Amino acid sequence: MSLLDKLDAVAAARKALLPEGVEVFGTPIEEVYSSTEARIGDHRILFLGTNNYLGLTFAQECRDAAQEAIHSEGTGTTGSRMANGSYRGHRALEREFAEFYQCRSCIVFTTGYQANLATISGLAGPGDIVLIDGDSHASIYDGCRLSGAEIIRFKHNDPADLEKRLRRLGERSRSTLIIAEGIYSMLGDRAPLADIVKVKDAYNSTLLLDEAHSLGVLGETGQGLVEETGLLDRVDFITGTFSKSLGGIGGYCVSNHPQLDQLRYVSRPYIFTASPTPATIASTRAALRLLREGVELRRQLWKNVHQLYSQLKELDYRLGPEPSPVIATILETPQQALALWKGLLENGIYVNLVLPPATPEGNSLVRCSVSAVHTSEQMNHVGKTFARLRETVFQ
Amino acid sequence: MLNDYNEVLQKLCHHLEQLVGPGVEITPQTDLINELAIDSVKLLNLIMEIEDEFDISVPINALADVQTVHELASLIHRIKAQEQ
Repeated sequence: MSLLDKLDAVAAARKALLPEGVEVFGTPIEEVYSSTEARIGDHRILFLGTNNYLGLTFAQECRDAAQEAIHSEGTGTTGSRMANGSYRGHRALEREFAEFYQCRSCIVFTTGYQANLATISGLAGPGDIVLIDGDSHASIYDGCRLSGAEIIRFKHNDPADLEKRLRRLGERSRSTLIIAEGIYSMLGDRAPLADIVKVKDAYNSTLLLDEAHSLGVLGETGQGLVEETGLLDRVDFITGTFSKSLGGIGGYCVSNHPQLDQLRYVSRPYIFTASPTPATIASTRAALRLLREGVELRRQLWKNVHQLYSQLKELDYRLGPEPSPVIATILETPQQALALWKGLLENGIYVNLVLPPATPEGNSLVRCSVSAVHTSEQMNHVGKTFARLRETVFQ
Repeated sequence: MLNDYNEVLQKLCHHLEQLVGPGVEITPQTDLINELAIDSVKLLNLIMEIEDEFDISVPINALADVQTVHELASLIHRIKAQEQ
């Protein structure tokens, strides 16, 4: 097979699965009206798959901060922090994140994907081991590959399986980085953090927790699973993203280990990329303040979560194992998932269609993500539409 | 006790038969991807089953060099020998 033939095979597989004229992936959005509404083609639609958990993309404070930053510092930094310097905003956001997590230090990255790439590949190297949950996000897999370390998977959310694998490693468990996620992006389930921490302590390993989907969602001040479980000081490194609850783009890593700062000198995804723009940093700083104070937003978010999860459960849709802002309906075939996705869109609801191999156990998913700013009328419309479509999807 | 290569091969073929269904001939030279249509997800799930069966951990990195049933059996055999 030639270089380009491989891509022709991808095109053929895509054509076989998806009907002509349906732009499932990268659907064109013509206008965005608010955190929850936009226009696709001629239709006003409800966003129900955007990871905008606190609805902060349109928060006035964030928009004002971004505009002011553009006026005062320009549109971009045009280079990496190593070469072009660290702006005042970069340093301030790092201080604010460190203070938020009561940690010694923080590094800010240009995207959440790069936060994992940079942290994992900076911490682990050839001769080390990374032990990752089987349902880990692609950024974790890619960070592991970039590290050159030996990559071993443990069964999803199974601390006993993790323990078994650490035991097999013997002394090498001391040079092992364990990686789990606060909330898993596909099925919305939480990591069993208390048990994972016990195992990692027993084997003197190091634990990295990715709070991408749990930041702003779990815990009194929104720190994530570490706050909900009271285990902040037992996790070695925490990564996360600005692109979900914080409504921007970027990522971070916080830690009490003084070695974190050395990642700035060894981590290629930090060194060889342009730093976050002034507008991104400014809106994220404003969003972080809103997130910390967002007790009411979290209360409203979880009210919406429980409403939709219980409605879909009553309708006998197969769902992820626990209520969470990520609510995935699990379908037996890609065709069923496509029918549900299309039906929802025709009724003005835009969600994520996720097909194998990007899904756990080769299932097909229609993935919703709930926001604090979805109104009860919007949630009712979603519930009624899922009810109406059930027969068509499973016929 | 160290499983010998033939024992590993036999057990691996049993797992593969369950995965691809009856009527497909599996030999040491069978190509996992091109002949058995085992994609990356199926392969990783198969590896989890194999890890349980042989009580080993197979690094994902090592799978980059695996294309045939023989190559996978050899890898399992080698890891099992190293861990004993």
